[in-house]
Amino acid sequence: MSSPILLAVEDLTVSFDGFKAVDGLSLYLERNEVRVVIGPNGAGKTTLLDLICGKTRATDGSIKFKDQELTKMAEHQIVHKGVGRKFQTPSIYENLTVAQNLELSYPAGRTVFGSLFFRRTAAIQKRVQEIAEEIYLDEDLDKSAGLLSHGQKQWLEIGMLLIQDPELLMLDEPVAGMSVVERERTAALLRKISNNRSVLVIEHDMDFVKDIAHKVTVLHQGKLLAEGKMEDVQKNERVIEVYLGH
Amino acid sequence: MGGYTGEELTAIFLMQGFSGLSLFCVFLLMALGLAIIFGQMGVINMAHGEFLTLGAYITYLTSYLASDVWPFLLDYYFPVAIILAFLGTFILGYLVERFLIRFLYNRPLDTLLATWGLGLILQQIFRSVFGPREKSVVMPDWLMGSYQATDMVDIPLNGLMVVGITILLTIGVFILLYKSRWGIKVRATTQNRTMANAAGINTDRVDRLTFALGCGIAGVAGAAFTTIASTGPTTGSLYIVDTFLVVVFGGAASLLGTVASAFGIAQAQSILSFFLSGSMAKVITLMTVVIILMFRPQGLFASKVRR
Amino acid sequence: MSTQSVVKASWMDKFGGRGKLLQILIIAILILGVLPMVADIFRLNLYGKYLTYAFVAAGLVLCWGYGGILSLGQGIFFGLGGYGMAMFLKLEASSPENTAIQSTPGIPDFMDWNQLTELPWFWEPFHSFPLTILLILTVPAFFAFVIGYAMFKRRVGGVYFAIITQAIASIMTILIIGQQGYTGGINGITDLRTLMGWSIQTDFAQYVLYFACGIALILCLLAGQYILNSRYGQLLIAMRDQEDRVRFSGYDVANIKIFVFVAASVFSAIGGAFFTLQVGFMSPSFVGTVASIEMVIFCAVGGRLSLIGAAYGAFLVNLAKSSLSESFPQLWVVAMGALFIAVVMLFPRGLAGLVSDYAGPVRERLAGLFNRKPPAPKVEAPKPESARPQKRDGVSIGSAQETH
Repeated sequence: MSSPILLAVEDLTVSFDGFKAVDGLSLYLERNEVRVVIGPNGAGKTTLLDLICGKTRATDGSIKFKDQELTKMAEHQIVHKGVGRKFQTPSIYENLTVAQNLELSYPAGRTVFGSLFFRRTAAIQKRVQEIAEEIYLDEDLDKSAGLLSHGQKQWLEIGMLLIQDPELLMLDEPVAGMSVVERERTAALLRKISNNRSVLVIEHDMDFVKDIAHKVTVLHQGKLLAEGKMEDVQKNERVIEVYLGH
Repeated sequence: MGGYTGEELTAIFLMQGFSGLSLFCVFLLMALGLAIIFGQMGVINMAHGEFLTLGAYITYLTSYLASDVWPFLLDYYFPVAIILAFLGTFILGYLVERFLIRFLYNRPLDTLLATWGLGLILQQIFRSVFGPREKSVVMPDWLMGSYQATDMVDIPLNGLMVVGITILLTIGVFILLYKSRWGIKVRATTQNRTMANAAGINTDRVDRLTFALGCGIAGVAGAAFTTIASTGPTTGSLYIVDTFLVVVFGGAASLLGTVASAFGIAQAQSILSFFLSGSMAKVITLMTVVIILMFRPQGLFASKVRR
Repeated sequence: MSTQSVVKASWMDKFGGRGKLLQILIIAILILGVLPMVADIFRLNLYGKYLTYAFVAAGLVLCWGYGGILSLGQGIFFGLGGYGMAMFLKLEASSPENTAIQSTPGIPDFMDWNQLTELPWFWEPFHSFPLTILLILTVPAFFAFVIGYAMFKRRVGGVYFAIITQAIASIMTILIIGQQGYTGGINGITDLRTLMGWSIQTDFAQYVLYFACGIALILCLLAGQYILNSRYGQLLIAMRDQEDRVRFSGYDVANIKIFVFVAASVFSAIGGAFFTLQVGFMSPSFVGTVASIEMVIFCAVGGRLSLIGAAYGAFLVNLAKSSLSESFPQLWVVAMGALFIAVVMLFPRGLAGLVSDYAGPVRERLAGLFNRKPPAPKVEAPKPESARPQKRDGVSIGSAQETH
């Protein structure tokens, strides 16, 4: 717990055949901070998450997580370091039950032989149960995940990340397509889980952003446009121009 | 390589190069149709060789009619045969798409198995209709003989003919795919089916025509093939594995890549076979291709796309 | 299998529960009891040959059905296993006494015909039986590992993998045929008579080999069941649903794929070795592209998601093949072609799928008569092809389901 900075992104650039989706971006995330990234479509928000979790490789720049360079690491190694990523569309294992989904995400037996000789201990069962309660799915442990509602699938995916106890949790539009009630419960869930970890969220829903964000980062055309408290950012003229100007 | 003079070596390279050119033509003729079907539609057509065989048999039938029934037509049958071969395979391809392939889009591995089965059935039909022995066409006089380039280099006319057809067909496919309205529709459908549909493109029809066209090209390839070799029920299937490798090696969606990879593989195999046994030449060439593909799975020509 | 409903895990669950074990017991009784009683040794030897393909089909269930990796090169591994065994037997048959009339006694006859005067280095280890067994298992595994490593670490899969494995099968055939002096060429390795001094051609020997093959198959099916019911098996299913989610849950997806491909190749190699023992020769026609793709159809007919189904599929297709091709060889080719199309278009889950669709409900009703427990709630499978039915407790149900 030396440095308060958990994640340091510096001069990050990625180009796809000349098109720069993220362009010279720098961003610092502290421990236990909830940061929301906003910006119009095509601002490079999802690409930023892709770069951090290793799905896309950076053309230039560095990403340091706990002072370790992530840009050269394989995806699963980045996960092992403590970075969890939720995708925009719920990506869960529809043909497995909720319990199996959670259990597969439990950080044990991650090698081939580890998984072949994996034993389900009481501790693991207890942890699955706890997480299920936290994500409001303890009644549905035996249900096939494909049968859950859209909102429940989003929670399940968050639960699958929680069970790994990551130090950095990245969520891509966690409340998109949710009902009002589901939204509130998700916000409550996020506040609870951000107690002991940093969270990086992409979100469009401004009420939700206000509800959870410590700080907001605004991206535009792959570049940093503004950063700060929600109230300040909302008053920023360049931000207003980008959002309303066209 | 001791024992050969420089002049002899040049001649060897030229002659082997030319025999490599015939192999190149066969690869390319087959690969063109495959590349359209695989590259544009993502369908693995394992029966593609049988479409080539069908085109060859149609040519054989035409030549048989011309030589035995209307001998005065013998000099002119070949262009007619090409058209008939194209039509025959085009129609069969259309039907196959309509009744088989259509149900298997998004299941490429299943199309692979189903078309393999189709290929088996077609082979057996050929065997029952034309017999297991290979058939040769009667060649018109103007295709016999050869062109004497130097006193050591001697190039057969039928070979030149095949090269000519291959070049024309390649240019034709290129224009069709990259310069015509239809080509735009095909590429639009490949890249985003839903959007293409929304933009008023009848994607079902595009699929059907694309597949049929790929098969039709195989038919023309079959017609060209008859001028350099005889045709048996399994003729086409002998080349299918190599041709798929050609298409993948070239980078599935790139026509230029297909041409380059067909040329490279055919030439390497042909020139190596002068120094090694034919089978070792083939083994070494194909092994090299497979190893390169392991390091560069996207093939020779492919652009970096955002995934 | 949830944290709530299962109180204590039985050892049977490691293999898919009592129902699955019962199915394996049935197949064991058929192979080891019923067939030897009803068939004479000539037929039984043929059946043994068909069973060697069941190893390959079971391997394909793991790697294609569950792993989503279609290998069109399983003949390579079947061949490596078969040739390994054949090389051992051939060396034994080529003792200097047996080959005294050759210009170089002590080497296999085909080498002598091809003017070889010395045993090639890679034949040397096959003088030893333990080493042969080791090589039969490790060489195919190593091969599969190299291919898998190169391809899966670069995220090559699907049709590319299929095409490349097919090309390798084709290359291997050309190599074997071309290098006659080292491999026996197109005729293969023939005239195999004894195994460590024990004739493999007597009726008794063929019985012994048949039973050994049958027992090995049952063991492979059990091993397969174990793999599918472990956390690893769930990962395979998870990967088919959401490969990225598995990757971003901290798993190295490539390693998972490499392992399943290696396991399938080892299964095939064991089958190949038993093939050589029972048939008495090995030739390139069991290695190439045609043989390899036919192996896929054995698996597809039985059901690509059912290990046990695949074993039945391999046996039945080969039975049909030899009875049809004896009397109507032309018809067989067409039937085979039609089978490829039908299994893809009409019954993608194969025999196992048909059984679970038709026999399943009947069995459940029958079981309901004897069992007071309320039936477990049925989960509607969203995608029939990849659906994984719920595991249920109790004897009564689930034994006809195609997964596990």
